[in-house]
Amino acid sequence: MHEKSVARLIAGLREKSFSSVELTRCYLDRIEALDGQYNSYISVDQNSALAAAEAADRQLAAGDASPLTGIPVAHKDIFCTAGMRTSCGSRMLDNFVPPYDATLIRRFNEQGAVILGKTNMDEFAMGSSNESSYYGAARNPWDTDRVPGGSSGGSAAAVAAGLAPAATGTDTGGSIRQPAAFCGITGLKPTYGRVSRLGMIAFASSLDQAGPMAHSAEDCALLLNAMAGQDPLDSTSSDQATEDYTARLGDSLEGLRIGLPKEYFGEGLEAATGERVDAALKQLEALGATLVEVSLPNSHLTIPTYYVIAPAEASTNLSRFDGVRYGHRCADPVDLHDLYTRTREEGFGDEVKRRILVGTYALSAGYYDAYYKKAQQVRRLIKQDFMACFEQADVLAGPTTPGPAFALGAKSDDPVSMYLEDVYTLAVNLAGLPGMSVPAGFVDDKPVGLQLIGRHFDEARLLNVAHQYQLATDWHLRQSPAMTGGAS
Amino acid sequence: MAIEQDEIEKIAELARIRIADDQIGQVTQRITEILGMVDQLQAVDTSDIEPMANPLDATQQLRADVVTESNRREEFQAIAPAVENGLYLVPKVID
Repeated sequence: MHEKSVARLIAGLREKSFSSVELTRCYLDRIEALDGQYNSYISVDQNSALAAAEAADRQLAAGDASPLTGIPVAHKDIFCTAGMRTSCGSRMLDNFVPPYDATLIRRFNEQGAVILGKTNMDEFAMGSSNESSYYGAARNPWDTDRVPGGSSGGSAAAVAAGLAPAATGTDTGGSIRQPAAFCGITGLKPTYGRVSRLGMIAFASSLDQAGPMAHSAEDCALLLNAMAGQDPLDSTSSDQATEDYTARLGDSLEGLRIGLPKEYFGEGLEAATGERVDAALKQLEALGATLVEVSLPNSHLTIPTYYVIAPAEASTNLSRFDGVRYGHRCADPVDLHDLYTRTREEGFGDEVKRRILVGTYALSAGYYDAYYKKAQQVRRLIKQDFMACFEQADVLAGPTTPGPAFALGAKSDDPVSMYLEDVYTLAVNLAGLPGMSVPAGFVDDKPVGLQLIGRHFDEARLLNVAHQYQLATDWHLRQSPAMTGGAS
Repeated sequence: MAIEQDEIEKIAELARIRIADDQIGQVTQRITEILGMVDQLQAVDTSDIEPMANPLDATQQLRADVVTESNRREEFQAIAPAVENGLYLVPKVID
């Protein structure tokens, strides 16, 4: 059962091949038996999962089911779940049990989906390897000595290991796409504002976006249908109409213009990964697409721009963690100042502290213009580059990452080298565009991803391109060693 | 741009994060590296470029000023470290 796609599971539940309780039990058993090796979950609540599955079975029997009724889904531990601990991978929120659901969680619950558990992540979503989690790093199911990527590494590892059929993630600078690439799954970061951010613990509010992670583009489309839409409680969510994201999956790629940003194929891209991406592009060409070279002349400024804007926004967002209303509080504070400074010293890990300090510096008097305002101006230049590309192309394509998953510990002592990991993904968030990672083959038995970037609100086209590619290839169907192990 | 240790101490104070004495040197070094990488921005000509705060250049959506939320103080305070009579407790601020 755990090898089936969400699309197959939806059909299986309706054909009564299995019940939601049986399906949920299968995943819970696998998590219990195998997750010690992958550490992909932070919290699992078997009783509430099985209760939700029983309710879903009743809905299915009564014939008033939604598409995702009875489907188990793992949620990144950044989404508030009422009555269920939501840690954000941090000691600061180790004891935090939210009194309300994130809008995304509420939408899945209303559909009758089952919450399997909350997945591991870099602390406050700040990282590209999952190693900054207070709960220890999740492991890559293809090679447990390697990182699963981050920050949504637990979600990617859970899906790749067959410990969830699908998961949610968030992507501020590549946090859905990079772990999807490293774990050999399909992940979509929608347009900024497509999915509500209410109850999604904020990192950088002008960049954060939630999206689906699953084996296939079709499964991502099914999940996005449940997630997308305006939320009156998130004033940055878009009023642009949503669509059925599965409707255009079958469209032909004949005549599609795919732009290849030349900066994404130069120095820095590992040769073997580049070969896999080239092969994927040839495949898309064979399916009827035309490849055109385009340019993003300011792409060398992406990392510096991001590492001003994201920390600046993080430093303001994370000022709410003060030891007064919820979360960690230091023991025996002598005065209010001691309460704040020691609570935050103890509650935050090293990377989170670094980013808060960099952000505070960039926003402080005397430096605001030189850093924050400057970065916001360059951000516009970066967006304009993309807009120019979309005059020549319908979709852009390139690598998701410079290479396959790196070894645990390889970059954790060197923040700047870790930041370079996200060189191909960050700009998409700065420009607010939708982006995807699609499995495109293997380098030494480790997965690599093809990145697809679309116009604002053009998720359906990205999913269409990815689906057509997946009809012609079987990279997304390859199973990690974890998938074939343990209870089935 | 090089940053001095006392400047890091000042920022840490602004951010209300205590940094242990034996860590301040390493924190200063890491932040110097990050700011060094970020300094490439200074070379870009951005005159006449409007800063972009929202990637869609969206403006704040407004709604009618009506009460939509119910009072859930009990639930919200149930997860607080210290409360008394509906108030959040902190160490004494005024003598």
